[in-house]
Amino acid sequence: MEEKMIATRESFGNAINELKDENIVVLDADLSSATKTDLFQKENPDKFIEVGISEADMIGTAAGLATCGKIPFASTFAVFATGRVYDQIRSSIAYPKLNVKICGTHAGITVGEDGATHQMLEDINLMRGLPNMVVVSPSDDVETKALVKEIAKYQGPVYLRLARMETPVIYANDVKFEIGKAIQLGEGIDATVFATGVTVAEALKAQEELLKEGVDIRVVDVHTIKPIDKEMIVKCAKQTSILLSVEDHNVIGGLGSAIADVLAEEYPKKLIKLGINDCFGKSGKAMDLMKYFKIDSKSIEETIKEKLYINNKLK
Amino acid sequence: MKITKVEALSKNANRIRQDLITAIYYAKSGHPGGSLSCSDILAVLYFNEMNINPLKPDDKSRDRFVLSKGHSAPALYATLAERGYFSKDDLITLRNIDSVFQGHPDMNKVPGIDMTTGSLGQGLSVANGMAIASKMDKMGYRVYCLVGDGELEEGQIWEAAMTSSKFNLDNLCVIVDCNELQLIGKTEEIKGLNAENIEQKFKSFGFNTKVIDGHNIEEIMQAFENATLTKGKPTAIIAKTVKGKGISFMENNPEWHGKALNDEEYKKAIEELNNI
Repeated sequence: MEEKMIATRESFGNAINELKDENIVVLDADLSSATKTDLFQKENPDKFIEVGISEADMIGTAAGLATCGKIPFASTFAVFATGRVYDQIRSSIAYPKLNVKICGTHAGITVGEDGATHQMLEDINLMRGLPNMVVVSPSDDVETKALVKEIAKYQGPVYLRLARMETPVIYANDVKFEIGKAIQLGEGIDATVFATGVTVAEALKAQEELLKEGVDIRVVDVHTIKPIDKEMIVKCAKQTSILLSVEDHNVIGGLGSAIADVLAEEYPKKLIKLGINDCFGKSGKAMDLMKYFKIDSKSIEETIKEKLYINNKLK
Repeated sequence: MKITKVEALSKNANRIRQDLITAIYYAKSGHPGGSLSCSDILAVLYFNEMNINPLKPDDKSRDRFVLSKGHSAPALYATLAERGYFSKDDLITLRNIDSVFQGHPDMNKVPGIDMTTGSLGQGLSVANGMAIASKMDKMGYRVYCLVGDGELEEGQIWEAAMTSSKFNLDNLCVIVDCNELQLIGKTEEIKGLNAENIEQKFKSFGFNTKVIDGHNIEEIMQAFENATLTKGKPTAIIAKTVKGKGISFMENNPEWHGKALNDEEYKKAIEELNNI
C-alpha cells in the first residue's frame, strides 16, 4: 500500500474530466466544489449544467438529456442524490432504464463533522432495491478512475457511491476492474472480510495486523454491490470458515445484506455484519466515528480474533 | 403531412375522444376527465404543430412531447394511433396484462412516446433536459410539455420552471391543461390555483405566457405560433379547459377523474360525441 492519500470524490472529479466521449455532460446542484465536478466545469463549461439547489430537477433534467443521447453524470451528496430524489430516480431513470449516472459523494458516517443529516447510511439499500440500477462503490483512487470509465461505457442507470474521507491508494495502475467482478486481496483461509468503499483499506490494515499473529485472512473488495459477484461469495464461503462484512452503511440493506441474500440461496453460512447498527450517525472526526461505530481496522481485527478464539484456532 | 384546417383538426380531436373513451370502457378503469380536457391540444400538437414522422418515431431531429400528467395516457395513445404510429385496433387492450398500453405512458413499450411518466411533477425537468440537449447539439428541435393544473402543486415544477428560464429555453413550450379540477375537488379550493394566478406565476418565473381557450383550435394554433416566434425565453400556454369535455355527464365533474364507464354511459358518451 502506498502512502498517498486521496478521497474517492477527488478521484471521481479527476476521472470524469478525463472521459473522452463527447456525449458526457455533468450536472450539479450547487456542490461542484465539494463533489469535485468543478474541474470538469472549468474545462468543459458548455457541457456542465448547474441547476442550483434543486436535486429533483437535476435528476429529471438528466433523464431528459439521456433520452436525447447524452450521458449525464448527475452529482451531489449521497444523501440528496438518492434519498431526497428516490421517486424521481425510480420513475424517470430506473423504470425507463435511462443512461444516467447518479454520483453520490460524501456517503456514510465518514462525512464526519456535518453529522447525521448529511451522513447517508441508507443509499445502497435504496438504490440496490431498484430494478435496472447498478450500484458501484469504489475503494481507492485507481479503482474509482477505472470504474468511472467503465460506467461511462455501460448503457443504463448507475449509482456511484463516493466518499469524502481520504483513503490510501490500494491498487497498482495496471489492475483491471470490471463492473460486477469483486476483487480478492490475499489468499488467506482463516477468514474472509467483504468490504466496500472506505472500509476496504481498514480491512487491509486488519489483514496486515492479524498476519503478525499468524492469522491469514483474505479481503474481498466488493466494488459492485449490484449485480453482486455471487461466484466470489460462494467461493469464499466454501474456502474460509469465518465470513465477515464491513461497510460504512446501515447493516440493513447494504453490502452485508446483499451478501447474505447470496449465501441464503447458494451456500447457507453464518455472516458477521459490521456496519452502522440501524441508527443515525453523529458529528465527529471521520476516523473517530469509524472507531465509534466499529467499522475500523481494530474492530475488524478483534471481531475475527474473538471468533477464532471461540473456534479454538487462536490461543 | 400537417393539417391546417380548423375543422379537420376538430374532427381529429373528436375521434381521439371517441377512441380514448372506448379504450377506457374496455379497460374498465382509467382517467377519462383529464384525457378529454387535453384532446384538442394533443390533436393540434400532433397534426399541426410538431415536426414528427410516425414512420420514424426515433428520429433524432424530431420534436419531443412529454405528457407530464401521465394519467392522461389514453388521450396520448389515441392521438398517436390517429396519427398513424400504430393500429387503432390495439387501443382497447389498454391496461391489459399483455398490452403495451400501460396505465401510464412507457417510452420503451409504445412507439412515439418520448418519455415515461406517471409520478406527477417530473415532466418539466425532463423536457428541460431535452431542450438543453437540442441547443447543445444545435439540432433545433422543439420540446412540448403538457402539465395538469393540479400537478402544479408539486414543488419540482417550480424548480424546473427556474431552470427553463435560466437556460433561456425558447425551444420549450409548456401547456397547462387548466381544467380547474383535481381528484378530490377544485384546484382553487385545494391549493388556491386558477388560470389567472397560474399565468402570473409562470410570468414571474420568466416565461412568455398566454391564457387561451384550450378547446378553441384556432387559439391553440396561434398560441403555438406565438411560442415559436418568442426568442430568449420559454413559453407557458395556460389552456382553460373543461374536465370531461364533450360528454355532458362528465363535464366539470371531478367524479370522472379516474373512473370507467358502464355500458349505458358508454353508449350515451359515444352518441354525444357523434353529435358534435
